[in-house]
Amino acid sequence: MNISTEISDRKMKQRLLKDKIFTNVMIFLAFLSGVPLFLILYQLAVKGYRQFNISFFFEEAPDTMEAMIAVANNEVIPGGIANGIVGTLIIVGMASLIAIPIGIICGTYLAENAEGKFAGLVRFIVDMLQGVPSIVLGVIGYIWIVKPVTNGFSALAGSVALSIMMLPSIVRSTEETLKMIPGTLKEAALSLGVPYHKVILKVILPTGISGILTGVILGISRIAGETAPLMLTALGSTVINTNITEPSSAVPLLVWEFYNDPNLVNMIWSASLFLLLLILGLNLSAKAIARKWKVQY
Amino acid sequence: MNSEKIFKYLLVSSGVLMVLIALGIVATLFVGSIPSFKEFGFGFLFSTEWDPTEGRESYGALPFIIGTLLTSILALIITFPFAFSISLFLGEYFKDGALPSFLRSVVDLLAGIPSVVYGLWGFYALKPLVAELGLNAQGFGIFTSSVILAIMIIPYASSLGAEVISMVPGSLKEAAYSLGATRFEVVRNVIVPNAGSGIFAGYILALGRAIGETMAVTMLIGNSNNMPTGIFDLGNTMASLIANQFGEAEGLKYTSLIEIGLILFVITGIVNYIGKLIMKKLSA
Repeated sequence: MNISTEISDRKMKQRLLKDKIFTNVMIFLAFLSGVPLFLILYQLAVKGYRQFNISFFFEEAPDTMEAMIAVANNEVIPGGIANGIVGTLIIVGMASLIAIPIGIICGTYLAENAEGKFAGLVRFIVDMLQGVPSIVLGVIGYIWIVKPVTNGFSALAGSVALSIMMLPSIVRSTEETLKMIPGTLKEAALSLGVPYHKVILKVILPTGISGILTGVILGISRIAGETAPLMLTALGSTVINTNITEPSSAVPLLVWEFYNDPNLVNMIWSASLFLLLLILGLNLSAKAIARKWKVQY
Repeated sequence: MNSEKIFKYLLVSSGVLMVLIALGIVATLFVGSIPSFKEFGFGFLFSTEWDPTEGRESYGALPFIIGTLLTSILALIITFPFAFSISLFLGEYFKDGALPSFLRSVVDLLAGIPSVVYGLWGFYALKPLVAELGLNAQGFGIFTSSVILAIMIIPYASSLGAEVISMVPGSLKEAAYSLGATRFEVVRNVIVPNAGSGIFAGYILALGRAIGETMAVTMLIGNSNNMPTGIFDLGNTMASLIANQFGEAEGLKYTSLIEIGLILFVITGIVNYIGKLIMKKLSA
C-alpha cells in the first residue's frame, strides 16, 4: 500500500515535470524564432543609418570608382538610390495598375459564384498561381515581353511578371471579404430595384473596401521586395529611367548590385534598410486598415 | 439591361483571363523546353552533367533537382520545432494577450523581409558562423541555405498550424483534463492527433515556398554545378541556377534553363496541390 502510493507519487511527479519541461521548451523555441528579425533589423540599422541622408534619396547610385575613393578617404559613399526608388515606383505601380482591377473583378466573380464549376476551376488556378516560384515568373516575363515586345530588358517586362505574382492575393482577399458581407444587404438593394451591376459597384464593393485594400497593400508589399524576377526582366540601370521599354533599376536590384560590388558594400545596408522599412510599413498599414475600418454587422 | 449583360461578361472574362494566364505559363514553358527535350529526352532528368563548353555542350537537371529537394527538406526539418512551438503557443497555450499578439506580429514581419535581405544577413552573419564551426571551409553550401530558408518559412509553416490547433474542440481537451491528463499529455494525445493533418498541410505549403525561393539561396549555396555529396557541400537549386545563368544564356543552354524552370514549376505545383488537397479534406 505504502509502496504503491510512493510509486504513483513518483510517476505523477514525473508527468508534471515532463509537462513543465515541454511548456518551457516550447515557449523558448517560439520566441527564439523571432530573434533573427531583431538581429536583421539591428544589423541593418547600425550599418545602414550612416548613409541615410538627403542625397541618398535624390541621387543616383554611385559607380565603383567614386565609391572606392570615398572609402579610401574614410568618407561616406556619395550618391544614393534614386534610380532604384524611381524604378521600384514605376515597376510596382504598373504591376498594380494591371493586377488591381483584374484581381478585384475576378475576386468579385468568385464571391458571386460560390458554387459554379467554372468558378471552382478559376479558384483552383488562382491557388496554383499563388504557388508559382517568382523566378519562373521572371522567365515568363522574359519570354513574353523582353524578347518579342520590348526587344530587350525592360521595366514593362518586370511589371508583367510582378503583376502575375500579385494577382492571387488580391483575388483571394477580395473574394474572402465579399463573402463575409451578409446577403441581406444585397437583397435590400435589389428589392429597391437597383440593377445588379450597380448593387455590386455601389453597395457590395464599397462595403468591403477595407478588406480589399488590405489585400492590395499586402500584394504590393509582396512584390516590392522581389529581386529574382526583376533580374531576368528589368535587369537594372545605373541612371534614373522613366521609359518603360528600357531597362530599369529597382531598390532590390540595387541591393543585389551592391552585394556583387565589393566597393559598394557600404551601400547595401542602407538600401536594404530602406527596402525593409518600406515593406514593413506597407504590412503595418495593411494591418491598421484591416483593424480600423473593419465593418461590423 | 445592356450594361447588366456587359457587367456579367466582364466578371466571367476575368475568370477566363486567369485560366489563360495559367495555360499561357504552362504552354510557354513547354514550348521553350522543346529544343532541349529533343536533344536530351528524358535523360535530362537523370544526367548529372552541366557542361556549357562549346562543341560538347551537355546539360542535365539531376544535381539541381537533388540540390533543391535537399535544401528545402532540410529547411523543413530545421523549421519544424520552431514552427510547431509557435503554432502551439498561439493556438493553444496563449491565445489572447500582449505576449501572443507580439509574437504574432514578429512572425508576420518575418514573412515581410525580402529574400535578398535574408540572403545578405545569411552572408554576413550566418556564413561566418558556419565556417567558424568548421562545418564547411567557407561557410557556403546547402546547410547554410537551409538554415536561412528555415527562418524564412517559419511564418508559413506556423500560421496554418496555429489556426487548426485553436479549432480543436474544447470538449475533447476538457475530457482529457478531467481524466487527470497534464497539458503535455493533452497536446500529445488530443491536439496532435486532431490537428495533425492541418499542421502537416501547413508544412507542405511551406515546403512549396522553400522549393521556389531564389535570392537567399543563390547568395549562400555556393553555386556549384556538381552533384552535392552531402548537406555541407556546395550546390545549386533549380531556382538559383536559373537566377545565375539565365541572363547570358543562349541556344541549348537557354532552352535547358527553361526546361529546368518547367521542372521547378511542376514540382512546386505538385507540392502545393498535395497541401491544398489535405486542407480541402479538413474543411470537408
